[in-house]
Parts: sequence; structure tokens; C-alpha cells
Amino acid sequence: MQINEIQDELIEDFAFYQDWMEKYEYIIQLGKEVPLIEEQYKTEEYIIKGCQSKVWLFPELKDGKIYFTADSDAIITKGLVSLMVKVLSGQTPQDIAKADLYFIDQIGLKEHLSPTRANGLLSMVKQMKLYAIALQAAS
Amino acid sequence: MNTKEILKAINIEKIRADFPILQREVNGKPLVYFDNGATTQKPKQVIDAVAHYYEQMNSNVHRGVHYLSQISTDAFEVTRRKLQAFIHAEHEHEVIITKGTTESINMVATCYGRKFIGEGDEIIVSAMEHHSNIVPWQMLCDEKGCVLKVIPMNDRGELDLDVYKSLFSSKTKIATFTYVSNALGTINPVKEMIDIAHEHQVPVLLDAAQAVQHMAVDVQALDVDFLVFSGHKMYGPTGVGVLYGKEALLNAMPPYQGGGDMIKEVSFEKTTYNELPFKFEAGTPNIEAGICLGEAIDYLNELGLEQIKAYEDELLAYATAELSQVEGVRFIGTAAQKSSVISFVVDGTHPYDIGVILDKLGIAVRTGHHCAQPVMERFGIPGTVRMSLAMYNTKAEVDTLVEGLKRALKMLL
Ligand SMILES: Cc1ncc(COP(=O)(O)O)c(C=O)c1O
Repeated sequence: MQINEIQDELIEDFAFYQDWMEKYEYIIQLGKEVPLIEEQYKTEEYIIKGCQSKVWLFPELKDGKIYFTADSDAIITKGLVSLMVKVLSGQTPQDIAKADLYFIDQIGLKEHLSPTRANGLLSMVKQMKLYAIALQAAS
Repeated sequence: MNTKEILKAINIEKIRADFPILQREVNGKPLVYFDNGATTQKPKQVIDAVAHYYEQMNSNVHRGVHYLSQISTDAFEVTRRKLQAFIHAEHEHEVIITKGTTESINMVATCYGRKFIGEGDEIIVSAMEHHSNIVPWQMLCDEKGCVLKVIPMNDRGELDLDVYKSLFSSKTKIATFTYVSNALGTINPVKEMIDIAHEHQVPVLLDAAQAVQHMAVDVQALDVDFLVFSGHKMYGPTGVGVLYGKEALLNAMPPYQGGGDMIKEVSFEKTTYNELPFKFEAGTPNIEAGICLGEAIDYLNELGLEQIKAYEDELLAYATAELSQVEGVRFIGTAAQKSSVISFVVDGTHPYDIGVILDKLGIAVRTGHHCAQPVMERFGIPGTVRMSLAMYNTKAEVDTLVEGLKRALKMLL
């Protein structure tokens, strides 16, 4: 599926949840589904800075597409990571680098994107795009 | 009055009515504000004074002969006298008005350090300091080649006084520690610690940022050499704070910054510095905050710190008891003497997760390391959830927090 198709699907999913509690419960659930990073990569090198909670993110290039594995020590952050991985994993470096992630706003998580938020969702998105650009150059 | 009578006499509803922000909602829920350690809310007496200053008084201080400059200067100096009385300083000119605790500590590290600290000298700090009472001293160490000696603490978050005593040497030039820990709530035995330092002829800087709003502080009774605190944590405006220093020490120190107000005469050959306190107050101060801090002091005095302490202690005990009923809660900081702060973790969750869900319920707490990373490291945790109380908090709000926490844990665990 294309990035935007996945985004639209998530927007539909989230529309189903009325109040914030259900929304967060869904995010927590998504956290449990994130493709987990291998323990050996949970190092300084793969940590995303600027988070109150820790996030590890590992990219891998396979057949011209980038696959992410990740983890976080905070459950909600892990859910947010999972959302990003869902949207961007398995896409080409070109598509990731130029992706416009409008779904974050539309599912009401925009507050998590401001640069001052402690979860570092913004640094996460930036890092994913940086990996894409680096791997694009390498491939 | 005994504690019971005090608690009966205190009228929390009336106090709450003075704080307009406590009336607002957050995320559709009535605000429950438990982040008072970071900053307190302001009573309308302070808020009104800010508007009054700009509508009726605005003018630079210590400069003009005109009417407005005189009344603003007078009002600014009235605050200095209120501060003097508030901490019971011997002289008015021992009260330097600064931007806040951080600036006050930096002033001492820089000015006292410049004059009295050299290579190989030692500075004693405690293991529970806020970053702003660590980093300025480290910067001095980088510059001068002096070293920090750290007073360790036990598992309850109490400083080890035996080790403290053993840290003094002929090279010790200053000891600095907090009165109340912002991360743990520990009240340190500061009088005893100051006396020990003085036995070694070592002056003490006391960080009272988390003390002055909760208990009466008397610099002469403590015999402390430097005392620092912030206006915004004691119901006053942001951007103003205090450096108290003993006259002889302040006189012996070089000025902090050069500029207007801090000079007597300037020529290109030689400049002579102004007297205390102006020697340390270069440039236009935060006039409005300085003046309005006086209102906050009046407000505290009217309620009385003894009453405030009795009420807050009772609330602290209640909150501690209620939170200890919640399964999984582990307190970080269980000192015998505590004030106004409860830090905790819940195993299996991250403080951040709890903070996010409480926020959705309109409850403001702080999560993270609270600018005290060495404390978190000491306890082997990434951070805590911190509730910090003020005199306007209620038992009902504690109940709301406990319910919110249970709800959060149900979602997270
Ligand atoms: C114990 C302690 N020291 C210093 C500070 C720094 O105060 P400010 O940021 O007002 O300069 C704080 C504030 O969090 C504190 O709690």
C-alpha cells in the first residue's frame, strides 16, 4: 500500500473512536504490535534524542524498500512510534523522504508533534526521513 | 495556636478564590494543578499589581527626578525591604534583586569564585541538587581547575552527614546545598550543616527555591552566608529572584556584570563601583516583577507561613497515605523530614505515560528528571511522576489525582 492509502486508513480507524480514552487505548494497543528492534541494536547509535522517554529505531534496506523496527520504554510513545512505522515501513526511500504526514493532524495527535513535546515524535519523523535520504544515497 | 486550631482557621475556599486560574478547565475538566514545584499560580493581588504598575507607574528606577521614576523606584525599594523582613536579613542592602535562583547561584559562583577560588580548591555540593546548583560550579571548575566534592544520600533521600563532615579540608572554599529537594521533597538539616561548615571557616550557599514558600526562613538564625530563591515559585511574578549575602562577603566580591546602575563614576581611565546592593544590579531590572513580588510577600504574610506549613504538611501526609494505597506505587524520596513534594514511579510504566493520561484528565503533574539527573541516576530510574503541593490544593484534588492515576494504570498495565 502507498503511504497515503495507509494514512487514510488510519484516519478512518481513528474516526471510529469517540473520546480520548478510547483513542489512547488504541494507541497503546498499536504499541504492542510494533515490529520490535533486535536487542543488539538498542544502543546509543539507534536512540532518538530529544525524548523524555527513550526511542530506538533501526532501518533496514531490503529490495529497495526500507523496513523499520523500533521500541520505546514508554507505552504511549511506543504506540506513536508504531503508528509512524505502520505508515513508513516497507516504502521506498524516495517516498519516505517526501512523505507528507497529514494523518497526525487529522487523528488529533498534532499536539504530539510540536518540537517542545517531550515524546520527540517530531525527532522521530525527522530521523526516519534522514535514514531514508542516507539509504537512498547508499543504494 | 496549635496545628488543629490552625487547620480549622484556614479558609481554603477563600484562598482558592484569589487564584483566577484555578477556576479554569483543562481538556474539559476542572484544572487540578500539582506542578507547584515548577512554578506556583498567582493570586489576583499580584496579577492586578502588574496591570496597575503599567497603567499608573511605569518608569525606569533609580534614574529620574520626575514623579513616575520616583514612585517606581520607591515601590521597587519597598519590595527590597519586604524581602529583607521576609528572610530577616540584618541589612536591606544585603538583598540583591536578580532574575531568579539560577542567576543568583551563577552570581556567587562567578563573583565569589573569581575572587576566592583557585586551582585545586574544593567545592562541596550535595547529591540532590537542581542542575542550576551544579552546572555553575562545574563551569567554575573548568575555568579554575577546582573540584566538586559530593555529599551522598541514602535510599530514603537523606544526606549523609558523616560523609559531609569528612569532605572538609583546608582546600574547601564553599559548601552549597538545597534547603528542600525539588525532586525528593527532603528537608535538609541545614542549620546543623551550616554550623559544621562554619567550624571549618567555610561559607555556605543555601538554595531556598523550594523552601521560602513553604516555611519561615531566617538568615540570621541560620547564620547562612548566601541564600537564593525565585519569585515565581512563591506566588510572585516570573523573572525576579533574590541573592541574599552577608555584607562583608558581598563587599569583598567583584561585581557580576558591568553596566548602568552598578557604577559610581565612569571614565575611560577608571570606573568606581556603586555600593551594595546596586553594585550587583547592573542594567534595568525587571521592574514590574520586582514591585509585584512585594504583593506576593504581603499575601504570604497575611496567611502566615506557620499556617501554610501546617496546612501543607497535613495535605502532604494525606496525599502520601492515599497514594500508598494504589497498587504498584513506589515513592522516591521517603525522608523523615519532607515538604510539599511526592515523587513516585509505578513499575511497568514510564512516568511520561502517566503524565500524558493525567493531563487528559485536567491534572498537571511533572514527569521526568526534574532538572536533577544525578538524583534519578542515584535511584536507577529514568524519572518520576512528581506532584508538588501548594497552599491552595485540597484533599478533594488529591482524591482526583488518585482516581486519575488508577485510571491511567488500568490503561497502561
Ligand atoms: C531547588 C531548585 N533550585 C533552583 C531552581 C531554579 O530556579 P529558577 O529556574 O527559578 O532559576 C529550582 C527550580 O526548579 C529548584 O527547584
